Amino acid sequence: MAERKIRVLVAKPGLDGHDRGAKVIARALRDAGMEVIYTGLRQTPEMIAAAALQEDVDAVGVSILSGAHNTLCPRIVQLLRERGMDDCLVLVGGIIPQEDITRLKEQGVSEVFLPGTSTEDIVRFLRERVGARA
Amino acid sequence: MRSDLSLMPETKEITSPEQASAERWERETLEPVLKKRPERKRRFETVSLDEVGRLYTPADVEGIDFERDTAFPGEFPYTRGIHPTGYRGKLWTMRQFAGFGTPEETNARFKYLMAQGQTGLSVAYDLPTLMGYDADSPLSEGEVGKCGVAVSSLADMEVLFDGIPLEEVTVSQTINAPASVLLAMYLVVAEKQGADFSKISGTLQNDILKEYIAQKEWIYPIRPAMKLVVDTFEFCTRHVPKYNPISVSGYHIREAGSTALQELAFTLRDGIEYVQWGVDAGLDVDEFVPRISFFFNAHNDFFEEIAKYRAARRIWSRVMRERFGARDPRTMQLRFHTQTAGVSLTVQQPLNNIIRVAVQALAGVLGGTQSLHTDAYDEALALPTDKAALIALRTQQIIAEETGVANTVDPLGGSYFVESLTKKMEDGALDYFDKIDSMGGMVEAIEKGFPQREIQESAYQYQKSVERGDQTIVGVNKYVMDESDGMPILVINEGVRDQQVQRLERAKARRDAGAVSNALEKLKRAASDGDNTMPATIEAVRAYATLGEVCDALRDVYGLYEEPAF
Repeated sequence: MAERKIRVLVAKPGLDGHDRGAKVIARALRDAGMEVIYTGLRQTPEMIAAAALQEDVDAVGVSILSGAHNTLCPRIVQLLRERGMDDCLVLVGGIIPQEDITRLKEQGVSEVFLPGTSTEDIVRFLRERVGARA
Repeated sequence: MRSDLSLMPETKEITSPEQASAERWERETLEPVLKKRPERKRRFETVSLDEVGRLYTPADVEGIDFERDTAFPGEFPYTRGIHPTGYRGKLWTMRQFAGFGTPEETNARFKYLMAQGQTGLSVAYDLPTLMGYDADSPLSEGEVGKCGVAVSSLADMEVLFDGIPLEEVTVSQTINAPASVLLAMYLVVAEKQGADFSKISGTLQNDILKEYIAQKEWIYPIRPAMKLVVDTFEFCTRHVPKYNPISVSGYHIREAGSTALQELAFTLRDGIEYVQWGVDAGLDVDEFVPRISFFFNAHNDFFEEIAKYRAARRIWSRVMRERFGARDPRTMQLRFHTQTAGVSLTVQQPLNNIIRVAVQALAGVLGGTQSLHTDAYDEALALPTDKAALIALRTQQIIAEETGVANTVDPLGGSYFVESLTKKMEDGALDYFDKIDSMGGMVEAIEKGFPQREIQESAYQYQKSVERGDQTIVGVNKYVMDESDGMPILVINEGVRDQQVQRLERAKARRDAGAVSNALEKLKRAASDGDNTMPATIEAVRAYATLGEVCDALRDVYGLYEEPAF
């Protein structure tokens, strides 16, 4: 079987417009040989889940700095699962307090990456987790 | 600049005595030392990844003329500051940006900060407010009161400034796309307090260009959004003459990843664009430009930042005189607020942020800022706690009152390095101006995605540089520790939205619905006829039309901005 490139949807939910992180990650994943689709700003969880399904991605990377993560992230996970994307990883990056990380993981978020994370760590995480499933 | 001996040209042009003596030093003193002990790195660079030389000498400032380029503070071209006495007359305004949760909570934080010696206020609004949505909008779910205070109508604004006399306290409002609406609410609250508009001073951020460039909190397409900005210029010039209707902001451009030079160039070119739009609308530069203020970042690279502020003043004064024919010195004096770089704060070992903030703040002060916000050490984790906000304020007070840096004007003026870097910043910014002018102006450059792409590229290069370890971030890529968590952070009560929605419903139940719809119709007419929208906006908010309703009226007329893909 020909090796399929890892496909990632980079998403920016909520009202926040600070997209530096999302764009840096998108480019780093592309440079690492992955297929990256960037949703653009202000996407609802419904729009993100629909895009993930349509693009048949292996992972959704959610960038969120506004404090709305507890509302938005679990809903993204839930909508993906409802659409049958049981294996799709959900990665969250942004300003997330420690106690929320535990809760988000319990709710199905695969990993939370805080400020200061190296893009190489994210690439490695995706290769290991998506690669392991293939 | 002497940075790499191997790159020195073999053939010499006519050398000045300054160059000759610098070369003698290199040959006789430097080279033997370098042979024995090479330097720590091949290339030394600023946080903007710009090369810094080993030593700066008179040879590096040969093209700089004291009278023409540096001169005296309080005089053209204001390189050394706009006040002849620097901070000896008046210290900078200590203006801490604050806002979270309900208007009641933020009002209490304001009063706390003022009781601790803060000298001005600065309001942070939440994302729904910044985007022109009410707390009860479905789009506001999860966001109400999270990264600022929630304001949906005049009823919230009345609580926010309760007990704060707006005729006496200067208030800065960080609001952009719906800025004219929040200005209107502010003025109506002041009016209800019995304040005289001619005495009200303060600042509206109202810088929509940098939203399209960097922060991306827009509502309408660029051109009608610029028209709204010009409406506030006209209105304030006539009715609120001491108020700064705009704070042209490089802060967000820098936070989005630009270099110091890009921050300087894009911000000042934005400033030129606003002045041009004002002039095109028939305003006199000497009437409205003196009330245009600026807002810069204070990042980690100390000297680069200081050079940036000094260059900003010099460029602005020359552009105002030469490009716009300004005659009033106040038109040529660039006044600015500074905030330390939020993006430089780390989650790791967060108390280290106190030190970063102190050094960044010192750069702002040595660069001659008019007002300063120092970030709190816990801001990479959450909005600041009372304790963190207090230390941030105390940092400024220590710089102001213990270090002695405010005792003399522009203490770094004349430094070979700082003067040479100031000139380099100026030249680099002028090159960017040429590029943007050749595209037709800043609005056109933004439509082409030019500043956006430049910033994205710089952000990516910086990230790579950190990951290679070329740029050190203590606690992140060097001196890393295993940390046990447990620092207390500010948690926003999830009940804020309910409380805000209740107040909104009460305000709607009490108001005269006919007056609201009349005012909104009037606003739509003003917007479609190209008239000044401020009078109708004031009438609408006075009748308790909500922020969302006023913005919807304008959305109907102007449409929405769609970001092009680039």
